[in-house]
Amino acid sequence: MTNLLNTLLVIVLMLNLFALGTSRIVSVIRTVAAQGALLSLLPLVLHDHLTLAAALTVVPAFALKGVIIPGMMIHALRDVKIKREVEPLIGLQPSVILGALATVFALLFADQLPLIEAHSDALLVPASIATVLTGFILLITRFKALTQVVGYLVLENGIFIFGMLLVEAMPLVVEMGVLLDLFVGIFVICIIVNQINQAFASMDTRRLVSLKE
Amino acid sequence: MAFAMIFLPILMAALSAAIPSNRLRPWLLPVTGVAHLALTLVTLARPELTTSAAWLVLDPLGKLILLVVSLLFFFCSFYAVGYLHNREERPNRVFCACLMAFLGIMSLVTWAHHLGLMWVAIEGTTLVTAPLIYFNHTQRSIEATWKYLLVGSVGIALALLGTFFLAYASLHTGLEATLTLEGILEHAPKLSKPWLHAAFVLLLVGYGTKMGLAPMHSWKPDAYGEAPGVVGAMLAGGVTSCAFLALLRIYQICQVAGEGAYVSRLLLFMGLLSMAVASLFMVGQRDFKRMLAYSSVEHMGILALGLGIGAPALFGTLLHVVTNGLTKGVLFLSAGNIHRAYGSKSTEQVFGAMRRLPLSGTLFLVGFLAITGSPPFGPFISEFSILNGAFDAGRFATGGLFLFLLLVVFIGMGATVLKVVQGRASVEARNTPYRDSFLTGAPIVGLALLVLLVGLYIPAPLTALIRDAVLFLEGQP
Repeated sequence: MTNLLNTLLVIVLMLNLFALGTSRIVSVIRTVAAQGALLSLLPLVLHDHLTLAAALTVVPAFALKGVIIPGMMIHALRDVKIKREVEPLIGLQPSVILGALATVFALLFADQLPLIEAHSDALLVPASIATVLTGFILLITRFKALTQVVGYLVLENGIFIFGMLLVEAMPLVVEMGVLLDLFVGIFVICIIVNQINQAFASMDTRRLVSLKE
Repeated sequence: MAFAMIFLPILMAALSAAIPSNRLRPWLLPVTGVAHLALTLVTLARPELTTSAAWLVLDPLGKLILLVVSLLFFFCSFYAVGYLHNREERPNRVFCACLMAFLGIMSLVTWAHHLGLMWVAIEGTTLVTAPLIYFNHTQRSIEATWKYLLVGSVGIALALLGTFFLAYASLHTGLEATLTLEGILEHAPKLSKPWLHAAFVLLLVGYGTKMGLAPMHSWKPDAYGEAPGVVGAMLAGGVTSCAFLALLRIYQICQVAGEGAYVSRLLLFMGLLSMAVASLFMVGQRDFKRMLAYSSVEHMGILALGLGIGAPALFGTLLHVVTNGLTKGVLFLSAGNIHRAYGSKSTEQVFGAMRRLPLSGTLFLVGFLAITGSPPFGPFISEFSILNGAFDAGRFATGGLFLFLLLVVFIGMGATVLKVVQGRASVEARNTPYRDSFLTGAPIVGLALLVLLVGLYIPAPLTALIRDAVLFLEGQP
């Protein structure tokens, strides 16, 4: 099982780099949708025997991360004129390199944390930290409101990977609560993105500079 | 009892969404406020009501925060009726519904004894307050809401990762992984140290963002500046207290795990940094609502500092949660009135508030004196008690810095507040329609009287409650 799991996680890490290296907003959203869909399947390959709780998280997680949230974001993108992240804070290639460095750092850092026997072969911890860091890179270096939301989603995906270590510890209710919060959060954010777009005729967050000292 | 307190406000929120009249709808707020306060007082008086389910237990810390939230909402709910009558041009359906749902979710935070559930509730407070900040639908309020949502969500996401790390620390002991407070406290001494340290840093940053500790406070001046006064009061007294409760839980776990020294270093650093940053931005601040936001950053710093000092300052710190919450109510609500009367929140246009609005102007000045720790108001007692604690613990440098920063804040805040209240108001400001009314004045008077009461004489039940909470926090049942 660990082989299959690690293969999936390597694909997730490659999707991180892909999200960092593409400028079309719609491609970034699709990349993250693919990543989310892939991650929601992790509980199925994680354990030899499938628990009911794990199986029950798969369906809503797949629907939300893979279909509904990306769908809402593509919908929000429809009315927007600018379809590309034109001038990120740092260029696309440097940010891919930064992402790769973050992955290396995550591998080294994860080595410092003691794991229990059952998890020692899996790449879950480094993959989780690398994905969280990728989310941060997207949040900090991109200026379009929707790309920043994508960054937040990638960050959440990283946390979701870590959650796989704790399927038993996190009861179903809490898991559902987390997903619900994520969903409502993105929903509210999409409304605000729309409002930014209407009020400023752009969704460039660099226009949001009237509030300062 | 937990279910009543959580679901009553949420039901009322649903009901308010169904009422078509913009004028009648706000009256559901005081109904909810009175009912919730009554439920709170009954629960506080009868210990057998404090366990509702395995994860819903009201411990002394939860009781204290619940009392602050419920009292503050009680006063704010009457004020909100007056405020919304002055703002009849804006539909208030979403506003009323979100404000009541907000109360329900904050109650859930105080009852939750499962760290995952508590996280869900605190993230919930971010989501229901976003529409409240966006109430005015201006470009400036969009900007504030966007920053609030993004910074808040990222912060709270880190807190989730920290919560997971904590669960893994318990899994690593070889026992069943758990996130219930009782379960973790039981195994605390055996928790894996590297995971616990990493978890504490993430949780401090995450919940610290919600509290508004520097340097994660960047959303606070924008959100508090643009939100209506009543929302500012609930954010500064309610959300921050709830986030502080989350921090208290983690603090308790680390104490029992024997990591007190590690935790206290970080808390002292964050506390002093927040106070220093806040005092820098308060000096010369022209916008009096942003000034209040920095004051909130400062007081979150004081809470973190008090927690970092440890046992001798804990009584003062917990008392400060109460006094800060109530005083922030006085300040934000009176600042909201002044803002309404002048149509501006810059000291370039706003002066002479004492003559233009004798009641609100006076209360704003009283609030300023109280929050900066002048006797005979409540915050004086709590701040003095924290200072005493610092000296008792032998932390003379910390105590000295604390005093110095309080002085800087007093001077900086005083300059702005005196500009607002003194002088003669301009002709334009005298001709705006807003006048102090019973509904927008009396709740502030009530809050100010409570602040004064705590300063003169702390009621015995409150002392007993805080003593219980301190014992609970130190790990003694």
